[in-house]
Amino acid sequence: MSLQLEIVTPEKKVFSDTVENVYLPGTDGELGILEAHASLVSGLKPGELRYQKGGQTVTLALGSGFAEVTGHKVVVLTDSALGSDEIDEAKAEAAIQRAEEALKSVDHSVDAEEVAHLQAVIAKSLAQLKLKRRPH
Amino acid sequence: MANLRDIRRRIKSVKNTAQITRAMQLVAAAKMKKAQDQAIAGRDYAKQLKEVLVNLKENVGEDANPLLVKREGTRELVLVISTDKGLCGALNTNVFKKVRANVSPTADFVTVGRKLRTTLGKTGRNLIADFDVKDPVPFAEARPIAKFLTKQFLEGRYDKISVVFANFVNTLTQEPTIHQLLPIDPGGLGDEQAYEGVGKGDHGKADKAAALSKDYLFEPSPADVLGDLLPLYVNFQIYQMLVESRASEHSARMVAMKAATDNAKKFIKELTLEYNKLRQAAITSELLEITTAMKAME
Repeated sequence: MSLQLEIVTPEKKVFSDTVENVYLPGTDGELGILEAHASLVSGLKPGELRYQKGGQTVTLALGSGFAEVTGHKVVVLTDSALGSDEIDEAKAEAAIQRAEEALKSVDHSVDAEEVAHLQAVIAKSLAQLKLKRRPH
Repeated sequence: MANLRDIRRRIKSVKNTAQITRAMQLVAAAKMKKAQDQAIAGRDYAKQLKEVLVNLKENVGEDANPLLVKREGTRELVLVISTDKGLCGALNTNVFKKVRANVSPTADFVTVGRKLRTTLGKTGRNLIADFDVKDPVPFAEARPIAKFLTKQFLEGRYDKISVVFANFVNTLTQEPTIHQLLPIDPGGLGDEQAYEGVGKGDHGKADKAAALSKDYLFEPSPADVLGDLLPLYVNFQIYQMLVESRASEHSARMVAMKAATDNAKKFIKELTLEYNKLRQAAITSELLEITTAMKAME
């Protein structure tokens, strides 16, 4: 029993291997994917992706993106996917601060797209911090 | 015949040039490696994103999103990606040739890169915007460009938006390519002509067949997923094209500078040979003069 998981970001292919199950942060709530799941395309919001391989659970902090599930394959397209040890706390905090400041200067009624983008940046950084600060 | 001092000066100046081109070659080689890696890394994402999109478009109509709708008009906006610096062989010339061959002179232009901005300006094209992109290309820099172009398209100022850029094939080959960015052409997605990151034309077709045989669930809904996915797709395509252009630029520069260095070295060799010949001739004639003088004194 296996499920092929592929995590791809614009910069590189982060992960490509078989796993036992995957939990994704879908836009409508968490999605648990096991083998032979129905074909599915879902948006992803910034949050945590968990997968199990050989009894071990690995957690990654994801940015927003998409997941495509087809039978035995899960493809995750995201703007970032970082493991706990790859997360730079200071950088994430700085990103939140920058985004919050930018958010103040943007006119919310006019530039909805920019607002959504900045909020996504904040959510992404928060997800990273949350994962980083969790006791292991 | 040139005299000794002239040749010596000449050799010195060619040596200096060779030194500079060699340094540029080394710098370009280092940057080239990085840019190529970046371009190739992005192709995986491009491929996967496209697969999802091909699957999606089979499940929703063309009218589902304004970015997909083809328009009748002919007003065209063209994004031309060139380099900031010269000395990269015929790269920019080739891109410009592509523009001249494929774009009507009445189209408006947006540029990235100083070189073709100047050229387009000189040939009387209408430039409406210019963007600066850092090296190496950060993903975030594609966003303002994508946003600007999408806005122009959605506000109905233009009916078609294309991009002309140098697609990176390998270190020796860069192919000027024109690609229709908006409207996102659902037929063109599986098209062999369409830009796919690399020349893997059959890929789209296979996906299409596979997509048709699958029934997809969409979460939250096809329209929502599409609404999020299409801007990302545009965004990412621009990023990928910027990265491909950068990889092409550094490759072309590396090759051009290597050729220049080699030529300079060859030239130095020839000049040195001539210099030595002249020197020998001068010594011979000097000796001759001395012996003649001695003979006369006897």
